[in-house]
Amino acid sequence: MSTATHTRPDPAEVDLHVQFEDIEQQNETYLVGMWTFLVTEVMFFGGLFLVYILQRWMHAPQWYVIHEQLDWRLGGLNTMILLFSSFTMACAVHFSQLRKFDKQLQMLGITILCAFGFLVVKFFEWSAKIEHHLVPGAHFEWAHAGASKGVAEMFFVLYFSMTGLHAIHVIIGIIVIGVLATLVAKRHTSVNRDYLPTEMIGLYWHFVDLVWIFLYPLFYLIPKS
Amino acid sequence: MSATAARPEELDDATRPNYLNVSHTIKSWLLTQDHKRIAVLYLVSISFFFLLGGLAASMIRLELTSPRGVMLESETYNKMFSAHGIIMVFLFLVPSIPATFGNFALPMMIGAKDLAFPRLNLLSWYLYMIGGGLILAALLMGGVDTGWTFYTPYSSMYSSGHVVLAIVGVFIAGFSSIFTGLNFIATVHKMRAPGMTWFRMPLFVWAMYATSVIIVLGTPVVAITLALVAVEATMGVGIFSPALGGDPVLFQHMFWFYSHPAVYIMILPSMGVMSELIACFSRKRIFGYHFVAFSSLAIAGLGFIVWGHHMFTSGQSTFQSLVFSLISFVVAVPSAVKTFNWMATIYKGNVDLRSPMIFALGFLGLFVVGGLTGLYLASLATDVHLQATYFVVAHFHYIMVGGAMMGFLGALHYWWPKMTGKMYSDNWAKIGAALVFVGFNLTFFPQFILGYLGMPRRYHYYDFAPQWQAYNIMSSAGASVLALGYILPAFYLLHSLKYGKPAGRNPWGAVGLEWQTESPPDTHNFHEIPIVTHEAYDYAAVDEIEHAQAQEVMKKEAHMGSDE
Repeated sequence: MSTATHTRPDPAEVDLHVQFEDIEQQNETYLVGMWTFLVTEVMFFGGLFLVYILQRWMHAPQWYVIHEQLDWRLGGLNTMILLFSSFTMACAVHFSQLRKFDKQLQMLGITILCAFGFLVVKFFEWSAKIEHHLVPGAHFEWAHAGASKGVAEMFFVLYFSMTGLHAIHVIIGIIVIGVLATLVAKRHTSVNRDYLPTEMIGLYWHFVDLVWIFLYPLFYLIPKS
Repeated sequence: MSATAARPEELDDATRPNYLNVSHTIKSWLLTQDHKRIAVLYLVSISFFFLLGGLAASMIRLELTSPRGVMLESETYNKMFSAHGIIMVFLFLVPSIPATFGNFALPMMIGAKDLAFPRLNLLSWYLYMIGGGLILAALLMGGVDTGWTFYTPYSSMYSSGHVVLAIVGVFIAGFSSIFTGLNFIATVHKMRAPGMTWFRMPLFVWAMYATSVIIVLGTPVVAITLALVAVEATMGVGIFSPALGGDPVLFQHMFWFYSHPAVYIMILPSMGVMSELIACFSRKRIFGYHFVAFSSLAIAGLGFIVWGHHMFTSGQSTFQSLVFSLISFVVAVPSAVKTFNWMATIYKGNVDLRSPMIFALGFLGLFVVGGLTGLYLASLATDVHLQATYFVVAHFHYIMVGGAMMGFLGALHYWWPKMTGKMYSDNWAKIGAALVFVGFNLTFFPQFILGYLGMPRRYHYYDFAPQWQAYNIMSSAGASVLALGYILPAFYLLHSLKYGKPAGRNPWGAVGLEWQTESPPDTHNFHEIPIVTHEAYDYAAVDEIEHAQAQEVMKKEAHMGSDE
């Protein structure tokens, strides 16, 4: 995408906050802030990834047995859904830059639908786990050969905390994109004078997508060792 | 303001609107987005928590005057030092200088009207208060007895205290500092005034930037670690507890990955304050500006790869310990670079011994002792002897209380005229500084000896070694002097609010941009955004102008004399 085709915001008509000198400074500052926030998010998930690495390294053969309890097809479906939603989000940013607000709204709508779809699939996956007593805690049961109960429980602790933390991020994403879509629908000045709010929410959504890109192979596609 | 009203700079001090008197309602304070007002909110709330932590400390010192532990039950004593540690680390030291003086001075120092995200700034104060409130609730409901480190499996499996509540409090307070750090990073990157290049920034801003990098990278990790402790405690699954198949050393790795850099979150801002104070009161360009600036970044970077020196006796591999020991020695280098540069700045400077400078000199003395004793603890062999003794307690108090607290008080005395527009009594402030310095050494130096003699930290019963009592009594006596030194500023500073002389724009003759604003500043700091043409600490140029003016006056007088 070349930036030449985008309509640059007219500085006079964009809401400029008092602490900034001009709109360019404001936009650049917002982007620096957003990227810094994403760095903290990476570190936030990083702690869990560290525990994951350690546990898998210690119990690799058992983890292969345990991971067969997860359905790679459902995970794969969810990966497709999220990848597609990332594409529609990128389109939303593109249309926002072109000031085609109806198309932007459509794209945001599809993104939210995908996010809901992701959660629905997750819901079915998790309720199956509850049914099979695979949720860590007092009711955890494990009767499969090839892996001990303790290791299996730890696997599911990580599975639920990492995909759970990710799901929380998806829910936050739905709320934020929902607010954005409402504002776009109302042609609110804070979102249609400038594409930056859309771009920042887009960055967040791509991050959420990216985390799943790591989670999917780490939990669903463990190789036999 | 209507067009006919007088321009702000033309009004006299009594009628000129400033950030303090612009409105007086409680609502205007609680919903403010002004970085200076938020700094004041932080100053008040942080002082409150400091008082609480200090009260807990005084209970500890009282208890230790007797070797038989007569005053407090063992469990109460454990809760007391835990309360002291949790409050002081998470609610005082980590936010102290960044959230108050960073908030207040940083935007002005780089010539900005406010921080990049004022609303986020206010949110971070609310998060701090919510976190502090939850921690306070946990302490009031019966307390926590794990120590501030929340070591597993004790914290997750066996402790009877309100660990989960306290952890949630620390988690939320952690996000408060993440948002402050994020705000500072965006502000320093994008809000600098025209001409304010990276190497014209005051060193306090460099220190704040390095601190923010640590906060942003480290705090999320401790947040997720403590969240995992809470998961283990509530659901009974083995992440860290060996009885359930977890790994307790893993907790220590993840905890110290944040909590060692957190030490630099506490000390780096103080180092930034030192550079301001020493340059200003020596009337000299700081010696080796670039080295001091980069040493802040070096400390931030190296600080992330030394955490293993907390675990020399926790069963990590010898090779790991060796590497961590080596890097711990290396991190002493940038700290020494700073110290030597400050001393070179004072050397042949025109030193003005006003109270902020006394605090700065106090910092130098205490920080050097604290830093050098750190090397004993970074050495593998000596650490085995000194690990978890009072030597460690004395060492980190020399850094955190001697260093960070001296920096905090120095900053408070340096920027107080700017914050309030009033001058305090410099003589009383000097007495306060002397009391803190003497009281501090009396309190903590005996603890080095105690630790060397083998007294373990966190014990309140030491009847098996009564020879330790004399040192403990010395330490407790010093603590009361220290307490006096900390209470005294509250009196003369509050007194100055009502009776202090007006400070004027620049009572110290300092060159930083914040001193070009009114005292107290307007809501948006500057009437016009300044254009920066000089490096920071350009005292030579200022003094040259003054020198030329003085010569002019003398010439005139001589000329007039010859005429007669």
